[in-house]
Amino acid sequence: MPTIIDITEDKAIEVKNFEFTYAGSDEPNLKNISMPIAKNRVTALIGPSGCGKTTLLRSFNRMHDLYPGNSYAGEILFEGRNILQEKEDMIKLRTQIGMIFQKPTAFPMSIFDNVAYGLRLKGIKNKSELADRVEKALKDAAIWKETSARLKHDANGLSGGQQQRLCIARAIAVEPEVLLFDEPTSALDPISTQGIERLIIELKEKVSILIVTHNMQQAARVSDYTGFMYLGDLIELGRTEDLFVTPCEKLTEEYITGKFG
Amino acid sequence: MTHTEKRILTNKIVMVLSTLSAAIGIAFLLWILSVLVINGIEAINWNIFIYEGAPPGYEQSGLKHALIGQLLLVGIATLIGVPLGIFGGTYLSEYGGLKSRLANVIRDVSDIMMSAPSIVIGSFVYAIFVAPMGNFSGWAGIIALTIIMVPVILRTTDDMLQLVPSTLREAAFALGAPKYKVILQVVIRGAKTGILTGVLLGVARVSGETAPLLFTSFNDNFLNTDLSQPIASLTVTMFNYATSPYEDWQKLGWAAAFILSMFILGLNILGRLILIKRKRK
Repeated sequence: MPTIIDITEDKAIEVKNFEFTYAGSDEPNLKNISMPIAKNRVTALIGPSGCGKTTLLRSFNRMHDLYPGNSYAGEILFEGRNILQEKEDMIKLRTQIGMIFQKPTAFPMSIFDNVAYGLRLKGIKNKSELADRVEKALKDAAIWKETSARLKHDANGLSGGQQQRLCIARAIAVEPEVLLFDEPTSALDPISTQGIERLIIELKEKVSILIVTHNMQQAARVSDYTGFMYLGDLIELGRTEDLFVTPCEKLTEEYITGKFG
Repeated sequence: MTHTEKRILTNKIVMVLSTLSAAIGIAFLLWILSVLVINGIEAINWNIFIYEGAPPGYEQSGLKHALIGQLLLVGIATLIGVPLGIFGGTYLSEYGGLKSRLANVIRDVSDIMMSAPSIVIGSFVYAIFVAPMGNFSGWAGIIALTIIMVPVILRTTDDMLQLVPSTLREAAFALGAPKYKVILQVVIRGAKTGILTGVLLGVARVSGETAPLLFTSFNDNFLNTDLSQPIASLTVTMFNYATSPYEDWQKLGWAAAFILSMFILGLNILGRLILIKRKRK
């Protein structure tokens, strides 16, 4: 049985007996996962390549639905509803649970239009409201200084680190409850990485964060809770300081001490 | 001879052979172009744009009818073919994908159609349109040109859309965008220079077609804008004039060849420029 901490804080999301199966797979790729995601905290998922951490992350905004044949089982409870239900409105869900990808995904349009994209999808047309909210999002994502003078410029002219912060600005502009980060710094240089990590810690005041990372130090630096996954199982979830210092499971200990992975 | 010397020698031989082959190709191209330009420029004057066809020996004869006919044929074929090609390519890439059997069948068929001899397309349109209608017409020519143009635009659009990284689509979906908005606002926008190039290449391809027009739109020596009737085109006019025994008609043939080549050259250069500009970004 996995060791899952019973958190006493408010929960943003509660996962219960969750299973996920990719199209064409005979057995579940994620097996019987139960875990809480604490509100306004950073929860990190670590584990060796192929352990299923990104697969789990992409279940929270039903990204797997974009490709046919994938199936979910169990429950992911968010705001009192099971988001795995058929009737779940993907458009609403994805504005509530935003996502930042491994590589920056600036759209082929201006910086302003990138950040305004989600707002316009929500039906906000008023120009001054758009401008205010774009400015606020860019400020919150710590990229306002670099972009305020060139909002009309093509977003692809920004550096990788800037583009990633632009993507964060775009995601937080719609004021989601939860943000999912899929190895957000693996394509960035150390200085940009530091900037993104600082931003993640600041952002948890407003949103609950789930981050997948290959880098254990990064998990230790930014997260409050850490989950260790292995071969589709969640082996252990605990307070970050506990998990890295006194892990309960032998597998976790072997992984964080570098015996495999 | 040592091994190294052998390799150096082989290298030299291959280099000489390939340079020679390239030089032969370029030499012939320059020869064709220079003959075309010399004869073309000599044949071009204002009368060409002012007057319609006339019997041989008439001073006041020109290509106005063929120019306008050509613009009508290619222009309307473009108006029909571009949306068909872009929507079809969008279906292949965004709704079909690489695993869909239907999409792959359409891909294979359009690849075959792209390499089908255009005269076959012409005879097809003759059989299904011209013969039942009882006469050659501009519309028949437009149908033939559209059939030739669509696969080119379809496949380019398909290819260009597939070059757009899937993470970009996912990022748009992750913001709660519905599929049609993801496609219109993000995917097509990301591939727009590539698609535009495909359109230009498709238009250039049909602009030079003669065979499919010979028995669809046929020809007319005078200005006609009624598409239900035979209509002149630069290519068929050029064919008729160039094969005629009259020197002044032959001159008009050169002029038609020159104008057509410059138009197609211009389209190709424009296409290249757009691609270069995209790469610099």
